[in-house]
Amino acid sequence: MIPADFRYLFPSSVDEAVRMLAEEGEDAKIIAGGQSLVPVLRMRLAAPTALIDIGGLTELTGVRDDGDSLLIGAMTTHYEVQRDHLVQDHALLLRLVTDTIADPQIRHRGTFGGSLCHADPAGDLLAPALALDAVMIIAGPGGRREVPAAEFFVDYFTTALAPDEILIDVRVPKYTGWRAHYEKLNRVAQAWSIVAVAATVQVRDGVISAARVGLTNVGSGPVRAVDVEAALVGQPTSAISEAARLASSGDGYKDNLARVLTGRALTAAVG
Amino acid sequence: MTATAESEVGKARLRKEDARLITGQTRWTDNLQLTGMLHMAVLRSPVAHARITNVDVSRATAMPGVALVLTGEDFAAEQGSLPCAWPITEDMKSPAAPAIAVDQVNFAGEAVAVVIADSAYHAADALEAIDVDYEDLPVVLDMEEALRDNDLVHPDLGTNKCATWVFDSAEAGSGTNVEDEIAAAEVVLERTFKQQRLIPAFMEPRSVVVDVTAGMYTVWSATQIPHILRWMLSAVTGISEHKLRVIAPDVGGGFGGKLQVTPEELLCLLIARRMGRPVKWTESRTESMLSAHHGRDQIQKITMAARRDGTVTGLKVELLADMGAYLRLVTPGVPILGAFMFNSIYKFAGYRFVCTNVFTNKVPTDAYRGAGRPEATFAIERMMDELAVELGMEPMKLREMNWIKHEEFPFTTVAGLTYDSGNYEAATARAMELFGYDELREEQARRRAGGDVVQLGIGISTYTEMCGLAPSRVLGALRYGAGGWETASIRMLPTGKVEVITGTSPHGQGHETVWSQIVADRLGVPFEDVEVLHGDTATSHKGMDSYGSRSLAVGGTALVHAADKVLAKAKTLAAHMMECDEADVEFASGSFSVRGTSTARTLGDVVLAAHVAHDLPEGMEPGMDADATFDPDNFSYPHGTHLCATEVDTETGLVKISRYVAVDDVGTVVNPLIVDGQVHGGLAQGIAQALYEEATHDEMGTLTTATFADYLVPSAADLPAFLTDRTTTPATSNPLGAKGVGEAGTIASTPAVVNAVLDAVRHLGVRDIDMPMSPERVWTALQGREDTGAGEVAAGGLGSIDAQGGQA
Ligand SMILES: Cc1cc2nc3c(=O)[nH]c(=O)nc-3n(C[C@H](O)[C@H](O)[C@H](O)COP(=O)(O)OP(=O)(O)OC[C@H]3O[C@@H](n4cnc5c(N)ncnc54)[C@H](O)[C@@H]3O)c2cc1C
Repeated sequence: MIPADFRYLFPSSVDEAVRMLAEEGEDAKIIAGGQSLVPVLRMRLAAPTALIDIGGLTELTGVRDDGDSLLIGAMTTHYEVQRDHLVQDHALLLRLVTDTIADPQIRHRGTFGGSLCHADPAGDLLAPALALDAVMIIAGPGGRREVPAAEFFVDYFTTALAPDEILIDVRVPKYTGWRAHYEKLNRVAQAWSIVAVAATVQVRDGVISAARVGLTNVGSGPVRAVDVEAALVGQPTSAISEAARLASSGDGYKDNLARVLTGRALTAAVG
Repeated sequence: MTATAESEVGKARLRKEDARLITGQTRWTDNLQLTGMLHMAVLRSPVAHARITNVDVSRATAMPGVALVLTGEDFAAEQGSLPCAWPITEDMKSPAAPAIAVDQVNFAGEAVAVVIADSAYHAADALEAIDVDYEDLPVVLDMEEALRDNDLVHPDLGTNKCATWVFDSAEAGSGTNVEDEIAAAEVVLERTFKQQRLIPAFMEPRSVVVDVTAGMYTVWSATQIPHILRWMLSAVTGISEHKLRVIAPDVGGGFGGKLQVTPEELLCLLIARRMGRPVKWTESRTESMLSAHHGRDQIQKITMAARRDGTVTGLKVELLADMGAYLRLVTPGVPILGAFMFNSIYKFAGYRFVCTNVFTNKVPTDAYRGAGRPEATFAIERMMDELAVELGMEPMKLREMNWIKHEEFPFTTVAGLTYDSGNYEAATARAMELFGYDELREEQARRRAGGDVVQLGIGISTYTEMCGLAPSRVLGALRYGAGGWETASIRMLPTGKVEVITGTSPHGQGHETVWSQIVADRLGVPFEDVEVLHGDTATSHKGMDSYGSRSLAVGGTALVHAADKVLAKAKTLAAHMMECDEADVEFASGSFSVRGTSTARTLGDVVLAAHVAHDLPEGMEPGMDADATFDPDNFSYPHGTHLCATEVDTETGLVKISRYVAVDDVGTVVNPLIVDGQVHGGLAQGIAQALYEEATHDEMGTLTTATFADYLVPSAADLPAFLTDRTTTPATSNPLGAKGVGEAGTIASTPAVVNAVLDAVRHLGVRDIDMPMSPERVWTALQGREDTGAGEVAAGGLGSIDAQGGQA
């Protein structure tokens, strides 16, 4: 690959990284796993003057137990998320989603935080982050701030992050014992979702007591299927097919997929 | 012929070349570093059709590391025209094909300027500082529209029609008049199929290095055709052929995509000549997809005449073939190769083939795995299914009624070829058994009756192809510019080791292994004692290179003949050494002996005696080397039966192949492992045409599939486990009995998959779906809606980013 020239910086703390971002100005970029940024550089669609590699910031990797929620470090790789016991027990949906991302090589490099910051509407982690009410913990020149997922994803490739800010942690409330499924339709193994549906449900005595449903790649950002969620609460699992119709009202191909895949995701989750 | 105790032919040897390829201990062209080497980067036109009004290189010239920036004007006097070796008709229109555009660009991706710099990075940086002014011309993309000649790709030619090529069985005397058959038919079917544009997608991008030292030019290139390239570069540049050496080092795939004389090869040569310094160019993947030739791209109108009992009486084929903007090496001939294959394994009374070649503002098309024959096989196998549906017949029964029976070989077809051998019954019986055909039909009936969401379909493809390109006189009759022979040399070294030189040019196939097996068998020497040299015109001074499944059937035969010459001479010398009559000498397991005695000399003893030449029979030359050149007098005709089961999700349109059986008859097999590998890879590419791959352009003529994120090449994860088997009906046209296996899988598989998908959904009212059969297309067809031809909503590794810089 033959990208345009850039300077390469390797901070040793979050504070140093934030300082570097401020010093380098708007044309500097954080590089995490590089699995989205490097293709952009190779095609010279972007030519940042400096790359600030946060790969050395070990405090940003790993999943911690924080009482009612999990804290997932921004630099935790997809591979690490897939194998983490806390995620398995308290946010099963995230593990199932991560299993479907790209291929093993990419999952060893790509990061949880990088996927969210890149904010590609076809990215698989956006919809579950939204559906699970995740909260982004962000470091900037003014200190730390928290932004809920619903406000974080602004548009195509656009988040609430300012150019001089870094995502450091993601707080995910615990969904202990919830069942989950990610139903993804893509054409070949390495291709992104045409549409995908992330669903997690709490079932008590055959009745759905709570449900979270997020849709991938049906708009300029992740979409939460709130009507579907509402229609399920207090219902037996047999209500799924009726509720899934509320995932979209249009008659295009993606609308159809939203409905079909929502039904399948929920059915698989409760099954 | 005698052989070693354990026959090498038929042994599933691991490939000799793999250790070095897999561990990176090899030299690809891009790995070469020469002292003082410069790097070329190419600025390519972003527009499909425009006049170049100004090129300003002043900023680029001043950039760091830049040695020179050149435009088309700078090459105009010396670049000549890239060669087209196949003028298919006397009146074919052939535009001048500059390596770099001078005053007009005719496709997006055409070279308009080059930077030569001290590194590939500096060269790429400087490209961004070149300013080109374009004055847009109307863009011609659609073939039918192009033929109206409203807007012209090449105004100087006066038309977008390149040539029309006709074969008519009544005129050729090989059959009846197809119009009479159509007029008299009980059933006439007319269908139109689209062969989408494909990108060869070889793994190693193209790369060229040119060195000039003391008047000697050395060209390293990732090419399939070092010999043809040398000849053509000499013809275009006027550099004497004996001062040009072309080397194809290890080459990472081609699939026809490197059967080309490329603009960049010519440009590197001209720049090295101009600057007296070595020059390298290596393309990026996107450059490759934008500017290397594409494949397929035909509209096929097919008319079939039949009787109600299922007998097909006539076939009329009317093709439009997209040439793109220029005629590259064999561009116009590719669709013509299909002319002889539309009748396939069947006996039709009347046949007519008319192909109209059309210019458009797209990158030129040329050879891609199968070249003309997959298109033909697709059309006829789709038609056989259409006829079966029309007549309510079992599709395999219909085929069997019409195919050539095994006892009818040799058989001269309505297209005028003589098929030497074949056994379609045997291959089909084996395939049906492996597939579980009857059980799957029952399963299909159950799912239909139950109205299942996932429906099952079964697709058949019975195919043949013409391989072993090619008898030289046939090529001559088709107005091709070269012959079709192949050559081989054997050098017996004094220590008994063997060097084999072949004129074929492997680029992933494993010739070093197979050629060693043949020689080991023939000469009774250990497999490890054979070294195969190829791809360098200084060691392999003549050859016609590798394409068209020709290397074993033609090049392997030359090798057998060379080995036989070695043995014949060795036998004479052995008789002399053992003081006996030559008629009493026997050869077995690498040793000559006198019949009925224990007197013997090994081949090694005899070779050494020939080498020292102390005591040779009167008139015998020293040494034990031999050359042979073989010109086949017929093609070879692999055939087989492929069966595919697909599951179609009627709610999402997603197609999954649930079972795939390929029973191929490729004649005698030298190395079953390599044959399986060729079949598996071929199937992947054929299936890819059916389900995944398509090069698309927007209305401005910009390629919208210029990365692997948009151009979906399937991986092993997307393909089923293939069940492969073989029947063996040796070719009679060469002593090996080999027919060729490079293209079989690709040729056979596409219609098997498409027939299967349609079989799954036809009862739901679907009549046809264009390739590739994406989930959206399948779903749209199931809704009874028009396919708007809208591109895909899915993307690959770039997610929603499109390579042109915007968002999808
Ligand atoms: C072939 C291929 C297939 C893929 N398939 C899928 C798929 O199916 N589904 C899917 O979801 N993804 C897929 N991906 C993308 C993958 O998941 C990436 O890991 C992800 O998009 C980006 O993560 P990264 O760590 O590589 O980020 P990078 O590429 O390093 O960065 C991406 C962007 O985020 C910014 N950034 C990164 N980290 C931070 C941070 N902590 N704070 C502030 N800004 C930051 C960068 O500046 C950059 O703009 C695929 C990638 C490839 C190459």
